[in-house]
Formats: sequence, structure tokens, C-alpha cells
Amino acid sequence: MVKRVEVTPEALQMIRFLKEKHGPIMFHQSGGCCEGSAPMCYKQGDFQVGSVDLLLETIDEDVPFYMHEALYRYNKHTQIIVDLIDGFGSGFSLESLEGKSFLSRSHMFTDEEYAEIKKSL
Amino acid sequence: MIYANPNTAGAVVEFKPQYENFIGGEWVPPVKGQYFDNITPITGEAFTRIPKSTPEDIELALDAAHAAKDAWGKTSPAHRAQVLNAIADRIEENLEKIAVAETWENGKAVRETLNADIPLAVDHFRYFASAIRTQEGFSSQINEDTIAYHFQEPLGVVGQIIPWNFPILMATWKLAPALAAGNCVVLKPAEQTPASILYVVELIQDLLPPGVLNIVNGFGAEVGKALATNKRISKIAFTGSTAVGRLIMQYATENIIPVTLELGGKSPNIFFPDIMEADDDFLDKAVEGFVMFALNSGEVCTCPSRALIHESIYDEFMKRVLERVKAIKIGNPLDTETMMGAQNSNEQYQKIISYLKIGKEEGAEVLAGGDVNDLGEEFANGFYIQPTVFKGTNDMRVFQEEIFGPVVAVTTFKDFDEAIKIANDTDYGLGAGVWSRHGDTAYKAGRAIQAGRVWTNTYHQYPAAAAFGGYKMSGIGRENHKMMLDSYQQTKNLLVSYAEKPQGFF
Repeated sequence: MVKRVEVTPEALQMIRFLKEKHGPIMFHQSGGCCEGSAPMCYKQGDFQVGSVDLLLETIDEDVPFYMHEALYRYNKHTQIIVDLIDGFGSGFSLESLEGKSFLSRSHMFTDEEYAEIKKSL
Repeated sequence: MIYANPNTAGAVVEFKPQYENFIGGEWVPPVKGQYFDNITPITGEAFTRIPKSTPEDIELALDAAHAAKDAWGKTSPAHRAQVLNAIADRIEENLEKIAVAETWENGKAVRETLNADIPLAVDHFRYFASAIRTQEGFSSQINEDTIAYHFQEPLGVVGQIIPWNFPILMATWKLAPALAAGNCVVLKPAEQTPASILYVVELIQDLLPPGVLNIVNGFGAEVGKALATNKRISKIAFTGSTAVGRLIMQYATENIIPVTLELGGKSPNIFFPDIMEADDDFLDKAVEGFVMFALNSGEVCTCPSRALIHESIYDEFMKRVLERVKAIKIGNPLDTETMMGAQNSNEQYQKIISYLKIGKEEGAEVLAGGDVNDLGEEFANGFYIQPTVFKGTNDMRVFQEEIFGPVVAVTTFKDFDEAIKIANDTDYGLGAGVWSRHGDTAYKAGRAIQAGRVWTNTYHQYPAAAAFGGYKMSGIGRENHKMMLDSYQQTKNLLVSYAEKPQGFF
């Protein structure tokens, strides 16, 4: 099955580490400015998810990945691949405390993949 | 000339191996004793250590700020103006050093820090020194015997979270009005660029009473949160992304305090056909206006990252523009001849690379650049990107998402209405540019664009007297301009009756 959000093995390892350290976590893909256009990793409950936020995927069974509906309009046709790199991006994102940064890479869906994705949202 | 790298022979800047927090006028180590490495994006090397503070340090800073706030809030505007002017003078006296320090930490070309960032910061302090002295309360006569007096009072202690793209200028935009208005401040620099602010504070520390300005270094998730959720602040100001902006707003709801948010943009830069009516200085200025996307390596919330060009002039105008893009000199940021330096961090560098890939995959045409820039030798591990020009359509991700790099996406329009439609087809509304020789076209376009700042026949000027801030998802509130004093003040109304008789209700 095609997923809207995939994670690299390095990112998955960090996600599991952060769950261990902080308890339930979530992602919100950010728009805008210095540390924006990146997936923000927050403790669940810290960030109030609203009706404008679309749940794109649940990573590793219990980590929801949200995107604002306005941003999704332009992201429909691309898959997000959450990667992990050295150095910190947003200090509000939990992985920055470990000196790392989640990064959204993208993959353009093929026509077949996009047809499948469209059915599910 | 090429400035020597800090801490080498002949350098104008010497960073300490380690910095501390600045609390109550003292340099205070973080309570838990943790530090993190600060990296220069010029070479990718660590050059100093910065406190990785915890909520306990925020409490210490708030203790100091609250101890200072009553006395500072009662100082006369003339006194505070004097202090701000003294800060401006001190920064100006040390301008070269501060510029080099900021370039080393941020990666931007030193000609920008020397000629823009730091001179603007100096002027900003002077502007608010003047503004506070001219501020007046106001009164209205409700009727013959009843008067409403209005006084401005400081908020008390405010929190400020600073971005990394203009570390010193953005700190100044927040600090100068807050201090002028009589507030004490707890400021958190960006994780990426704390040292240049600390360098400035070392130079000005004797000018402010202890506790009026406090700097706590560390990460948003630890100290940013502890500051923004704290019961002991009366306002929080933040510049950064939409997802963190929302978080800050949510934090502010806990104690019902005001927020100022500046959250980025995707600014349209519109070139109307009449700019090509003559081959003169004006046209040359418009060409430069396009190339402003490379200022500060594109790491500006108002980067003119969407260029809209009238179809009738596209070929000829772009020919000139692309020649000018090709002439951008990229190199050692400490070389005064360098026009564009490094991106701020590996994270930023990787993010821009991912957008270069997305743009190509979505079918945008690469008119210039489109790749990383390997400068070799000591810069091999620095973060350099080629100035990039994409051509495509406004529904592409490179037209809609803030890349925060030297990347502009170009498209054409056929008439005024289409230009405005494309310009406003964005979630953001921070900056915009309009280029026209005709006053009516420029005026009508400027009024029709939904953005807080519309540069008209200019771009990327940031004078202190011009209000700056966003429409739509670009944020809440304004910075710059004397109106900014108001957002760091409470309004006290005394409603006074001079009538001799009761109102007659009871």
C-alpha cells in the first residue's frame, strides 16, 4: 500500500528513542520561515491539533503525522520521506535536543500511486 | 579585503571558548551545567560552546527581570532614550567586529553585515530612543465634567524568541521597542546563532541596569517552552515557522498574554511591462530588484521568492536578470567582495537541496543554478548553494512553500488582474514587490496585494520607521515603526468625573 509519509531507518530509530524518552509524540509539517518547511516533532498534547490539520499517516503504529490543509493542497502529489540529519533545525522540535534534525524529503507519486492515494483522503 | 577567521592571527574578533547566560547583569553558567557546540556554516567547524539551559535558568532570569522591572519602568523616557542611544553608539563604535562576528556565526556575506544588518540595528535603537520621547498619552473630554485620560504603561517582563537569519537585527527589532517602553526582557537567541548576540551583550552590558536584559540560551523545546508558558511574562514575541508559531500562540493562551508572531512568507515580486519602456537606471534598478532573492543567501522571510513578469517583456527582461544572477560572486563570506555566502546550517542546506529536487521533479525549468556549490578547500564542509532560478507555475511546491534559500520561482502574467491573482494565491502575506514607472499601476497593485509590506520600485529596505508584519498566515502584529511601542505597553484609562453632583441612579 502506498503511504503519504515514509520514514528512513535513521529517522525511525530516532522516533523510537524520542518515544522512549518523552512518551507519546507527534509530527506536524511546518510551513514558513527560518526553521519551517520541516517536520516538527512535539510531545502529544503539547500542540493542539485542530480541524484544519489533516492526519496524513500514522508512523510506527502510534505517531501521527499532520499537515495543515492549506499546505496539503500543494503537497497532494508528493510523498514525504522523513529523514534524519546532523545538526539542529528547530529547537522546538524534540530531536534537536539530541543534536539532530528531521528533514522532509519528497518523492513525486507515480500516476498509479497517486490514483491510490486519492482514494484514501 | 578578506577578514581573518575569528580567533586566528590578525582577526578582529576573538570568541571565547565558552559563553554563559546573561542574567541580572552577570554571566551565569546554566544550572545543569550543559553546553552545546556552536558551528560556523562557513567551514562547518565548532567555534564556541553555548549553554544548553533548562527551565531553571528561565526562572533565574525571570527573578532578575522582576527584581528590575519596577525601577526600570519608572525611569523617565529621556533616561531610557539615553540608554538606547548609548547602546547604539557602542554598537556603532564596534561595528566592524560585530559584523564579522555575525558573519562567522550566520554565514552571510560580510558586506551585508557591515552595510545593512549592523547599521540598521544601530539606527533602530536610535529610532526608538526618539520615539519614546515623543510618545504622548491622550485624553478626551466625554462631557464638560468628565475626562478620559489615557496613559501608556510598560507590560512588565516580556519574553522574546529570536530567529537565526538576522541574529542581531531581529533581536534589536524586538529589544529596542520593549526597552524603550520600559519593559524588562528575557530573550532567547536562536540555537544556531547565539554567540553574536552574546558578543554584543558583552559590549553593552555596562549600559543597562542589572536584570533589564537577560539572555537565556538553549533549545526551544526546553527553554523556549519554559519561557512562553511562564506565568511571569506579560507578552511573548516570536519569529519563526507556522507550526511553532501556532505552538507559541497555544502556550500564550495558558496565561492569556499577547503574542507577536512573524512567520514567514512567499513574497511576490511583480514586474509590469512599462519597466522596459526605457533602457535606463530605473530598468537597472528593477533588474537588481529581481536579484534581491539572493540577499542574505535567500534566508529572509520576505525573500522575493516568486517573480511575476509580464509576458511581453519576459524574454528581454530575463536575459538581463540571468546575466546579473550569473554575476553574483559566491565565496568566502568574510571577503568583502563576496556577494553571497553560506547557508546557515546543514539542516537549511539539506532542506534547500530537497526543494531543488522537488522543483525539478515537478517540471520546473532550471534557468540558473539548481545545485549545491562546492567552494573546495577550507570551505568544503560549509553549506553553499548556487543562486537558483526556476520557471514554472504558481501551483508548484517551489512557488508555494518557503524554501528559505537563494531560490526564486518565475512565472508570467498577461494583465494586471492576473498578476494580482497570482500574487495573492498564497497562504502568506508578508512582503511583496511592485515595479512600474506608472504611479497609478504601482499604487493600485500595492493596495490590491494582501501583504503587510509592499516595496514599490525598491526591495529589501528595512528602515525603522516603516511598519513590518504579515497578513494571512505570515503572522500577527507589526514590528518597526513607533506603533510598536504600543504592543509593548498597556493602556491605562483614568475616567475622571469633575461633576459636583451624584449621577442620580441611587
